[in-house]
Amino acid sequence: MDVLKKVPIREQDPKVRATNFEEVCLGYNKEEAMEEASRCLNCKNAQCVKGCPVSISIPDFIKEVKEGNFKEAYDVISKSSSLPAVCGRVCPQESQCEGKCIRGIKGEPVSIGKLERFVADWAFENGVKPSVNAEKKNKKVAVIGSGPSGLSCAGDLAKMGYDVTVFEALHELGGVLVYGIPEFRLPKEKVVKKEIENVKALGVKFEKNTIIGKSFTIDELIDKYGFEAVFIGSGAGLPKFMGIPGENANGVFSANEYLTRSNLMKAFKDSETPIMIGKKVVVVGGGNVAMDAARTALRLGSEVHIVYRRSEEELPARVEEVHHAKEEGIIFNLLTNPVEILSDENGWVSGIKCIKMELGEPDESGRRSPVEIPGSEFEIECDAVIMSLGTSPNPLISSTTKGLEINRRKCIVVKEENGETSKDGVFAGGDAVTGAATVILAMGAGRTAAKGIDEYLTAKGN
Amino acid sequence: MYSILEAKELVADLIYEFVVKAPNVAANCEPGQFVIVRTDEDSERIPLTICDYDREKETITIVVQIIGASTFKMKYLKTGDSFCDFVGPLGRPSDLIDTPIEELKQKKILFVAGGLGTAPVYPQVKWLHEHGVEADVIVGAKTKDLLIMEEEMEAVAGTLYITTDDGSYKRQGMVTKVIEDLYAEGKKYDLCITIGPMIMMKFVCLLTKKLELKTIVSMNPIMVDGTGMCGACRLTVGDSVKFACVDGPEFDGHLVNFDEAMKRTQIYKTAEGREYLKAKEGDTHHGGCGNCGGDK
Repeated sequence: MDVLKKVPIREQDPKVRATNFEEVCLGYNKEEAMEEASRCLNCKNAQCVKGCPVSISIPDFIKEVKEGNFKEAYDVISKSSSLPAVCGRVCPQESQCEGKCIRGIKGEPVSIGKLERFVADWAFENGVKPSVNAEKKNKKVAVIGSGPSGLSCAGDLAKMGYDVTVFEALHELGGVLVYGIPEFRLPKEKVVKKEIENVKALGVKFEKNTIIGKSFTIDELIDKYGFEAVFIGSGAGLPKFMGIPGENANGVFSANEYLTRSNLMKAFKDSETPIMIGKKVVVVGGGNVAMDAARTALRLGSEVHIVYRRSEEELPARVEEVHHAKEEGIIFNLLTNPVEILSDENGWVSGIKCIKMELGEPDESGRRSPVEIPGSEFEIECDAVIMSLGTSPNPLISSTTKGLEINRRKCIVVKEENGETSKDGVFAGGDAVTGAATVILAMGAGRTAAKGIDEYLTAKGN
Repeated sequence: MYSILEAKELVADLIYEFVVKAPNVAANCEPGQFVIVRTDEDSERIPLTICDYDREKETITIVVQIIGASTFKMKYLKTGDSFCDFVGPLGRPSDLIDTPIEELKQKKILFVAGGLGTAPVYPQVKWLHEHGVEADVIVGAKTKDLLIMEEEMEAVAGTLYITTDDGSYKRQGMVTKVIEDLYAEGKKYDLCITIGPMIMMKFVCLLTKKLELKTIVSMNPIMVDGTGMCGACRLTVGDSVKFACVDGPEFDGHLVNFDEAMKRTQIYKTAEGREYLKAKEGDTHHGGCGNCGGDK
């Protein structure tokens, strides 16, 4: 074996998977996992842990995997993470733990994500659950939203002995894990549901169909229902559009709508919720959500183009997602920016007018900013357009909670070290604070806030 | 699960009323808001305006017209059955709620309801009545058999004007004709609130603009989550794009782009029709709906 290289991961063949919604990555088996684990140098001053937003003791769990002690490996991980099967699949490891791995200097880093996934899946298969042994504290904490930040915060608080209730607006638990990320990247029954069952097993209660800010307010949670602290993990909100002509034509969708129909409402299989299957679909944007929307449309049978205004190097999506998308046959129209959506006489999308771009000087984000090439307009014929340009925070909570400070981007303002907001006893984290980001950053914020809430309630005493 | 305490057929095979136990919705809802309902695990999320509520009994009343596959299932629901999901209250309450009562008493208010729109108009008229404000109400229906909630409305309206398109009951003609007749008789209003099919709201707005009568409409576009996430319910109001679920559902009717909004409601019409026919005809369905291609 070549120690400089990762043990290859098995995947569904691109031609086959382009027509189904089964998981793309098949994961390691025991032997492969133990072999990959043996590549870990078990560094004393482990850099990988510093790259992990929830600070999993990575060398410790990998050491257990190497020796075949999978239960012990799981115990190490679940001390720090409530959702290892999810994180092993959707974390951008290349820019976090694996990005810091010493192995990566000369060769390929240790495949930490795939090992984490292996351990979590092994635990599911063998009925191993995270253990709770904290003394009950008899203090009620409300968590708003059952997405990554909420689950992580709730899990940590339950492990500390708090009486936690999670309020979810939708009819399914999991937030973006169920409405946003598609089945082929993150299986719902096999992974998400089981992770949530594990959080339930810690004693966390869940209330679905409850919209905080509408069904009741944060003040009511505290004053009327006796919650002593509240964590807001309400996630991202309204989809952004470009503001170009034709965006309200029939056949223009936000990625949120398209993915929610397919993932949450199961329109990808036989469901009563309809989804439009275009012959030729243009997805505008270059992030992970754009890749998810594009690969969903492809699987439903559409020819799919991704239109992105910068070059491949600047694509914000994970390298692995871009690679998978290309393998499956998604066509990338880079350095291209839409200027107008064209529609037929009945108001349905008939095409998209774009302009070619070139890269200029780096902007404040450090990325070279795209500049229009005059006179380079051209049309792409299509019957559906999916806009994947990010979201702006949901106003339901900020508009109904007095004393909650928000910034000019309408995100909730918190103290970075403990997630505390401007309102006493109220903490926040995840996309509601940062704007659209990643699952693991939201989980990290949930953990930080759980610690912050514990400190707050301990200081408050009885 | 959300128990149905009472299920009633208002119009045979078409319009049904359900009184549903939903404490979290009933505690905080106000006229003008809506709920999202799912009959069972396979159903769509269907937005429905709240038609009545009882804070003590913790109930919400909704009225449903059977139009697609998911509403089709609702006609089989009986007292004692339940909805799998029932969430709300969603959207912003009617502006009336935040207006001082004394100010409302000074105003002459006219409600214009069409078809199923009669149901969501009712809680607003009732709310005003309970606060000592009498508003006039025009209710329009295609024909006598499709008229709903006449008695309930009579009990809370100042004067109730009923009209049918075919003249089978009371006045004859569209709701706009009643408005014109009332103005011709010398009546004048300060505020109009109209709820009904988009095409009706559009024509009411065209008329009231001429009459310089401020008009509020309640929009019912396609929605998925209803909580400000999917953006399916966007519509153009004046120069800006609004989301009916969080910015509405009520808007200044003179600023709404109805033509665009009406086009947008057609997006899934064929898909929905297909589902509906499949459900209705079961295994015997083999085309003829013009949508599924089964007869080709």
